[in-house]
Amino acid sequence: MSGLHGRAVVERGAFVLDVEIAVDPGEVVAVLGPNGAGKSTLLRAACGLTPLTGGRLELDGRIVDDPEADVLVPATDRHVGVVFQDYRLFPHMSVVDNIAFGPRSTGAGRGEARRRAAEWVARLGLDGLGDRRPSTLSGGQAQRVALGRALAADPALLLLDEPLAALDAETRLDVRSGLREHLRSFAGPTLLVTHDPLDAVVLADRVVVLEDGRITQQGDPWDVARRPATRYVARLLGLTLLGGQASDGEVALDGGGVLHVPSEEIADGDVLVAVRPSAVSLHAERPEGSARNVWNGVVDGVEPIGDRVRVAVRGAPTVMVDVTPGAVADLQLAQGREVWLSVKATELEVYPA
Amino acid sequence: MSRARGRATTAPPWPVAVPATLAVLFLALPLVGLLVRAPWGRLWEVLTSPTSLSALRLSLVTGAASTAIALVLGVPLAWWMARSAMRGRSFLRALVTVPLVLPPVVGGIALLLAFGRRGVVGQYLWDWFGVQLPFSTPGVVVAQVFVAMPFLIITVEGALRGLDGRLEEAASTLGAGRLQVFRQVTLPLVAPSLIAGTVLTFARALGEFGATITFAGNLEGVTQTLPLAVYTGLEGDPAEAVVLSLLLLAVSVLVLVALRDRWLRTGASA
Repeated sequence: MSGLHGRAVVERGAFVLDVEIAVDPGEVVAVLGPNGAGKSTLLRAACGLTPLTGGRLELDGRIVDDPEADVLVPATDRHVGVVFQDYRLFPHMSVVDNIAFGPRSTGAGRGEARRRAAEWVARLGLDGLGDRRPSTLSGGQAQRVALGRALAADPALLLLDEPLAALDAETRLDVRSGLREHLRSFAGPTLLVTHDPLDAVVLADRVVVLEDGRITQQGDPWDVARRPATRYVARLLGLTLLGGQASDGEVALDGGGVLHVPSEEIADGDVLVAVRPSAVSLHAERPEGSARNVWNGVVDGVEPIGDRVRVAVRGAPTVMVDVTPGAVADLQLAQGREVWLSVKATELEVYPA
Repeated sequence: MSRARGRATTAPPWPVAVPATLAVLFLALPLVGLLVRAPWGRLWEVLTSPTSLSALRLSLVTGAASTAIALVLGVPLAWWMARSAMRGRSFLRALVTVPLVLPPVVGGIALLLAFGRRGVVGQYLWDWFGVQLPFSTPGVVVAQVFVAMPFLIITVEGALRGLDGRLEEAASTLGAGRLQVFRQVTLPLVAPSLIAGTVLTFARALGEFGATITFAGNLEGVTQTLPLAVYTGLEGDPAEAVVLSLLLLAVSVLVLVALRDRWLRTGASA
């Protein structure tokens, strides 16, 4: 079986990472999770820098780590390209020599290695920078050199650890779309670790949510973004996630309150309801209208986000609401202000828990 | 008031200025004395005397030899201390530091008890191989290595620990074996510290006196290095002692020049 497959178990003190992982050739899988969830540990296990304490990993049909059988292929012999979060470019080498390091190490002659490195310099749009030292590069350039260095070694698996975290917001956009192209053209399996859901949606074919060492959700990035299974993902996406009991097109929420939902979509039982902040409207008086869900609450916090303002409203249920700055002034939104909320049933995303 | 304070930043108050000036004078005056009283007229004659020449040659040969030995033995130890998570590492570091703070004459006594003809190891060297280290040129090298190698180990170990292994990890994921990682990544990155440590070690070996005279004695042409020749000269021909001292001072200045980027840059860290 080609690609990366297996179960990775790493125990370290009280922390246990235990995940089933499968990445096919040509597939990009994003591991999304909070700090300390075990994302980097998973990457280090995949490239051989941290040995497994249990489970078994296979890469292109070869067992690379199996503690029970006492098999451990070290990083040097694993042919796994890694783009580290801090890039880890060799400061004493030029860009070309950095990229040529992999081919040199795996037996290519000096001339051949430099020729292949020069190809990558051109392909990554680094023309004219080949002789520069890493310390003279911008963040985006260094990121591309790190990517080129990993890919020039012709890896059987590509790993990226928070590839965009070290960049400022402006360059991140450019680099992300560039990175997307390069990942598309890589034929092997790619595993990338991030805490930014946008990375997962833009770069990955599939997303795996890792929390406290376990996988809590996985699937198509858009599906995960639409129907988060845990509060962590919901919060990342800015969604309000509510749990409850569905029956006859109504959901009795665990935290109090009832929401009407599109009845044809959901069977009775435990469900999750994802509420987009932009789907909820705020009113000074009880609204007359077509919205089926109307309740009142008290403003708990007001925070500008981009050109919108996010308002936390405590009630049954407690939700996040996005409004325009104009609405904040019109409704005199401030902490402690009583407001009415409304949301259409069709705007709610309801799915089995 | 504000003017007084502004002036205070350029001219220190007298409780600082007076002792500080005294300190400068105290450090500078002996060097001035050496330069003023040096028998400049006899300089060439003394420098080219058989005693001086043989001491100079012996110092250069033994200094170079002990530096080479310190490199071959010390760099691997520095690497091991910096990288392994073994227990007792702090004990090892303390052990390495002992020769730095130990009076060299005590080091000489310790060397005698270890490598002397009746010493813990020395008796077997003599019985089995007929090798006697004390009062021999190799004995001079042994004394110098004992006293000087810690400078190299401490300097290189600090640099290696500063490297913290992240670049080496990156190199290994690119398929580089351990030796290749060491040669192409580790070594070039610690090169400045390695050079500094080497120069420092050579300078310390060149100036070695206490351990040498205790362990190797003071035999002209065999164990009488420059510092020992200075000491002998004081008893016979003081002019010779002064000229040879000038020579050692010149070497010290050269070392300082070689390490200027490391030590003389303001605010520079090692």
